[in-house]
Amino acid sequence: MQWRLPVNNIKTFIQDFGWPRIIIFLFLVSLFILAPVVGVRLDASISDVMNRFGQYAILVLALVPMIQSGAGLNFGLALGIVAGLLGSTLSLQLELRSFLGFFGAIGLATPFAVLFGYFYGKLLNKVKGEEMTIAMYVGFSFVMLMCIMWLILPYNNPTMVWGYAGKGLRTTITVEGYWLKILNNFLAIKIGEFFVFPTGLLLFVALCAFLMWVFLKTKTGTAMTAVGSNPDFARASGISADRMRLISVVISTFLGAVGIIVYQQSFGFIQLYTAPNPMVFPAVAAILIGGASINKANIINVIVGTFLFQGLLTMTPSVINSILQTDMSEVIRMIVSNGMILYALTRKTKVSK
Amino acid sequence: MGQTGPLLSVKNVSKEFYGNVVLQDVSFELHEGEILGLVGENGAGKTTLMRILFGMPVIAETGGFKGTIEIDGRPVSFSSPFDALDAGIGMVHQEFSLIPGFSTTENIVLNRESMRPSLLNEVFGERMSILDRTLMRQRSESAIAKLGVTLDPDMLVTEMPVGHKQFTEIAREISRDHSRILVLDEPTAVLTESEAQVLLTSLRRLASEGVAIIFISHRLQEVLDLADRVVVLRDGVVVKDSPTKGLSIRDIASWMVGRSVSGETEQQDSHRTLGEPILTVEHLWVDMPGETVRDVSFSVQRGEIFGIGGLAGQGKLGVPNGIMGLYPAGGLIRLGDRALTLNDPAGALRAGMAFVSEDRRGVGLLLDESLDWNIAFTAMQVHGQYLKSLLGGLIKLRDEKAMAELSQEYINLLDIKCTSHKQKARELSGGNQQKICLAKAFALKPQVLFVSEPTRGIDIGAKKLVLDTLRRYNREYGTTIVMVSSELEELRSICDRIAIVDEGRIAGILPAHRDSADFGLLMAGQVKETHAMEASRE
Repeated sequence: MQWRLPVNNIKTFIQDFGWPRIIIFLFLVSLFILAPVVGVRLDASISDVMNRFGQYAILVLALVPMIQSGAGLNFGLALGIVAGLLGSTLSLQLELRSFLGFFGAIGLATPFAVLFGYFYGKLLNKVKGEEMTIAMYVGFSFVMLMCIMWLILPYNNPTMVWGYAGKGLRTTITVEGYWLKILNNFLAIKIGEFFVFPTGLLLFVALCAFLMWVFLKTKTGTAMTAVGSNPDFARASGISADRMRLISVVISTFLGAVGIIVYQQSFGFIQLYTAPNPMVFPAVAAILIGGASINKANIINVIVGTFLFQGLLTMTPSVINSILQTDMSEVIRMIVSNGMILYALTRKTKVSK
Repeated sequence: MGQTGPLLSVKNVSKEFYGNVVLQDVSFELHEGEILGLVGENGAGKTTLMRILFGMPVIAETGGFKGTIEIDGRPVSFSSPFDALDAGIGMVHQEFSLIPGFSTTENIVLNRESMRPSLLNEVFGERMSILDRTLMRQRSESAIAKLGVTLDPDMLVTEMPVGHKQFTEIAREISRDHSRILVLDEPTAVLTESEAQVLLTSLRRLASEGVAIIFISHRLQEVLDLADRVVVLRDGVVVKDSPTKGLSIRDIASWMVGRSVSGETEQQDSHRTLGEPILTVEHLWVDMPGETVRDVSFSVQRGEIFGIGGLAGQGKLGVPNGIMGLYPAGGLIRLGDRALTLNDPAGALRAGMAFVSEDRRGVGLLLDESLDWNIAFTAMQVHGQYLKSLLGGLIKLRDEKAMAELSQEYINLLDIKCTSHKQKARELSGGNQQKICLAKAFALKPQVLFVSEPTRGIDIGAKKLVLDTLRRYNREYGTTIVMVSSELEELRSICDRIAIVDEGRIAGILPAHRDSADFGLLMAGQVKETHAMEASRE
């Protein structure tokens, strides 16, 4: 009977960590091993993975406060992204450049993020238990509303508006000449021809993660976690659950705005109209892959999850496409992100039983 | 068969959860027509033992168990409850497993309905048969008759009183053709006294027809009345297996806790010197579902232990919940000489009151957080304690070290059984969870402490500890305590005065040393209020 103990340990570990995560992890490792074999440069790949990790990490981090306060996965992250788009387009409109442009974009996005977050939070407080479904539709409909707004808002910077009409924003706007790769290039370390270490980007991500970590340790952060854990307990301890949830939604929306601006400076373009929609699911999938559940998430989940998910997305096209000679990346991205969300939602029912 | 050997024998059963031994070498036998009382403190292993017996999958998932279970002398191994059912073991759980929208009959014969063939059978096979309602009704009626109770076979479960649900569940178990062993886990916990009596009578009747019964209960008097033999579990070990004849409650209680239990009613020193009135409640109404308070006035003196009793649903639970702001309330409440704002939980806590809720798992605990969170959280949020300042007070962070020290202090003081202060509250037993709730309230250092049903669902040993702790806090720190409980004897053992709430109003306030019959009369609404007020003034 002695031999049963380690087997049980491994079983518990697998159960806690979850098969999907293990499969994804092993898959990613095998991709890294395969890469040189099929002629994909490893150093370029690693550089790519780090870049994409930095691009997406803050969007994933934005999900943490709402998970902690029990408001569920923020499927309405698009609201924050729209606030970020308003900030960055305004920053371009005002011709702010370099660091002033980047932080100006964040500053200009903040009032919108707080405003959107406030009303979105009020709404979510009215639909307790159904937050995630409602959030998704709020996101979709708001993005559609903004599709109209982007056309009629009085922007007139020639780099942003349609050339033939002189008004209405383009679907894709380059930030080149304003604040392209402002974080990526800050203190960047270049080794050889293909490897760049995006120091500034990762430092900024680390700063945001650190601030979130500190926040969760404050009195308010503690209260927020308690609300997510047991709202009745929190209420009996004199805490307004609605207020805590509202704060978490505002923070989440704000981080969504910051996240998209960080993404834009690295990616190089501001994408408008329906572009915010497909940003949300990958973020949700990433934090779930990282080990978060519907009502518990931490910084480690964010980092591990973003790394695994983005690693997978970066490596699959280059490696798999070299083998199969066909573009499978989009298909794999869909399977992984939606599969992961499905998995997490089924686990929720199992836990609450 | 069965006359010679035992019907069921459990031999050397041991079980551990992740290295934590919960059952060790448990053996006992059960004969045909015998009623076995199984008693033990919370966490003694009763539930685990029953799960093993019933083949619950959780046992196999956590590594199975050692030892054997034999039925009719043949070893059996159940991989699921269905196997156990086939072997003739029926189980009635603490929580009802009935379908609310179905009638008594439908619940009793569920999944074993009588069928009539229909035309569609020719095409689609057996699954298209029609229910034979008449036969189903006959079967359920015969099962109900076997129990010796009156149940309406057509009543929906949602419309039933609690007692009827319990009977329906038992009827379902005995309506199986070959049910020979019936396991009942705390069947009387939700019943009124008269319903419990009916249940005990029908169980005796079943036993006389040859059904063997394992009866688990906290109510030792019932076990003594009903069981032929009693098996006492303590910390996973059978400490006693003896016929009930000649035993007293005290014997069983002392085996359960492993120490002799002093008499339940310790008489109070009836003339204690108490201070000025500290809490005055005037015309309080509380809109708490099921426990409505209509018009309650009383005043509590500094240093007093004030009891609030009464039957369930009369409004006694509404009083502390209303004062603490958890349910909409109105009226005038003064703490010391300050009037209190109602409907403001934070304000009530800041004013120096604390509340141990009757809903331990729902309101009292953060089940998925560690013990130090549970204990320190309220004090942190209300009084700003257990925080450390950084950057000259700009940021205040949780002081994990101070929280750990605080919880360790209470873990030692209240003898809370846990692996460490980092253990999750969910993993503790009921009694220890209650102690965590008390620790949380004590950590607030309240002037007035409300405790609501502090001993509900915990065993005798823990009960005594909880009551002693409350008394000690009252004596040592002068904390004024308002205790709400359904158990009159418990109130009488610790309180100075006891108010009885009836139909949302105070029926009377009596000194605790008055005869329990007087309180009984108040609960029954027998005494006119004027009369009761007179009595309280003596």
